[in-house]
Amino acid sequence: MLNDKDRIFTNLYGLHDWRLAGARARGDWDGTAAILARGRDTIVEDIKSSGLRGRGGAGFPTGMKWSFMPKQSDGRPSYLVVNADESEPGTCKDRDIIRHDPHKLIEGCLIASFAMGAHAAYIYIRGEFYNEARHLQAAIDEAYEAGLIGRDACGSGWDFDLYLHRGAGAYICGEETALLESLEGKKGMPRLKPPFPAAVGLYGCPTTVNNVESIAVAPTILRRGAAWFSALGRPKNAGTKLFCISGHVNAPCNVEEELGIPLRELIDRYAGGVRGGWDNLLAVIPGGSSVPVLPKEICDTVLMDFDSLRDVKSGLGTAAVIVMDKSTDIIKAIARLSHFYKHESCGQCTPCREGTGWMMRMMDRLVEGRAESEEIDILDQVTRQVEGHTICALGDAAAWPIQGLIRHFRPEIEARIAAFKARGLKMAAE
Amino acid sequence: MTMTERATKSHRHGAEPADFVFDAESDASIDNILKKYPPDRQASAVLPLLDLAQRQMKRQTGSAWVPRVAMDVIAARLGMPPIRVYEVATFYFMFNTKPVGKWHLQVCTTTPCWLRGSDAVVETCKRATGIHHFGETSADGLFTMTEVECLGACVNAPILQVNDDFYEDVDAATTEKLLDALRRDAPPPPGSMIGRRTSAPEGGPITLTTLDFAPGSVPRGGE
Repeated sequence: MLNDKDRIFTNLYGLHDWRLAGARARGDWDGTAAILARGRDTIVEDIKSSGLRGRGGAGFPTGMKWSFMPKQSDGRPSYLVVNADESEPGTCKDRDIIRHDPHKLIEGCLIASFAMGAHAAYIYIRGEFYNEARHLQAAIDEAYEAGLIGRDACGSGWDFDLYLHRGAGAYICGEETALLESLEGKKGMPRLKPPFPAAVGLYGCPTTVNNVESIAVAPTILRRGAAWFSALGRPKNAGTKLFCISGHVNAPCNVEEELGIPLRELIDRYAGGVRGGWDNLLAVIPGGSSVPVLPKEICDTVLMDFDSLRDVKSGLGTAAVIVMDKSTDIIKAIARLSHFYKHESCGQCTPCREGTGWMMRMMDRLVEGRAESEEIDILDQVTRQVEGHTICALGDAAAWPIQGLIRHFRPEIEARIAAFKARGLKMAAE
Repeated sequence: MTMTERATKSHRHGAEPADFVFDAESDASIDNILKKYPPDRQASAVLPLLDLAQRQMKRQTGSAWVPRVAMDVIAARLGMPPIRVYEVATFYFMFNTKPVGKWHLQVCTTTPCWLRGSDAVVETCKRATGIHHFGETSADGLFTMTEVECLGACVNAPILQVNDDFYEDVDAATTEKLLDALRRDAPPPPGSMIGRRTSAPEGGPITLTTLDFAPGSVPRGGE
């Protein structure tokens, strides 16, 4: 079990003061000017060698992402944009950072912006997090008043402005280029890449988009050292991570643990175990709604990190663990996700706009069993025609949960179809 | 007839008000909002201004929605073609393009909430308000029920968002009590309805229990 001393988010549950005084007592804003004095190259190298991988879902190395930003400005400003549009079903970790530890995020914004040569950053927070945004804005105001950000931030000589921007209820804006479009005042429709945001991002300027958690852990990593962070977790899957454990567990919760913790230990130790005991487990979606579901036999042994979950054809995603016990209609659980993706498709790409609706209607029929067995294969084929054929990953995200269902629970689908047919025959005979 | 009376009347009839003007309270916020964006990038303020208009309508008429005349005002203010504002207002789910009740019941039914019993929350809302389906406003105009997608508070599922506030860990009984309180105009404090401390497990945290924030105890650089 991770020692409390190695936990970064020491106010995860909001038991302590979230304001500046409380944050300072917990070690935030300690020696920030000295960190900046190391210079941007050293900071980027330190983040690289810490092994930090992006906490928003894709797991791209954060230090490398920062290094893509231009070293010399061609006259255009650079921007950091923080993705606080937390909307992936199952995920509620950034919410806790924003409402209980906002100064970790603000300090991280200053350091990351400095390391990328940006004098301004925007935090794009989902609109439904209204009360959370109020905390964050109050913390930003405090940081300005204390001289921690603004002109000559922390006395470092670096000018830095930080702005909070509220979204208005669109999952797609969690996709980085859709987020930029939205921030520019447009519909959240993803952009074709290339050009990548590091070359042409917000307002046509070099931009890096990072997840809240990736930015909020950076100050602690730089204070305690890259070696401290990389010693936690597993090789290539370094550090601690916020896990959200929801669904059929006795005590749903958020918790910070090392990457690589066994899924079973995570659920048993922190979330009070599966409702009705481990043997009552049916399946787990281990990383938010977009990653394929895992049946119990894989859950028995799988480790919770990027590479271990990829090896079982799923993913760590946002580390949002959705637990389902044996009472769950697994077909309906996945069908509800198909409704979600249908609702959230921006409609720009035909395979996604049409495909999400088609897949949803097909899934609804499978919930009833009103289908032919061959249609399972047709559905699987359609998911593969959507996957990889759209501008952004929403099409993939809509396809993967269905692929996972078919891969692991095909007998359940076939039984449902058979039961439906049997009911029809019985009615015909009566 | 004052603007408020006109707007109230139009709300009752579900029709567009004849005009919309940002009031002093909204105007005070607009300058601060516009300062966040570069001078030639004022369109960035379209989401905040639509939100501001919706909040002003709530203050003035009791219903949080954005009539088309408000979109036109925003378009003029930001130098955008009106159609650009209309398409933004209809793309983002949080803008109500029709009037809603005083209490906007936004029930999350996405899988994590569904697994924890959101069906019972929906049924309770229907029974207690007389609403038959999502998107409907109760006959007394007090409640509108909307089905929303994941609200991002899944370890406290199911979630019922009322106006700006999340009510968490709700079930049929607590939903019924909550709706009673709303009827009495006495909304309880938001958060867990079973007394949980935010996202900590029920029964209290089992991590972060050994921390000492006294000076000298907090890990510093190099430790």
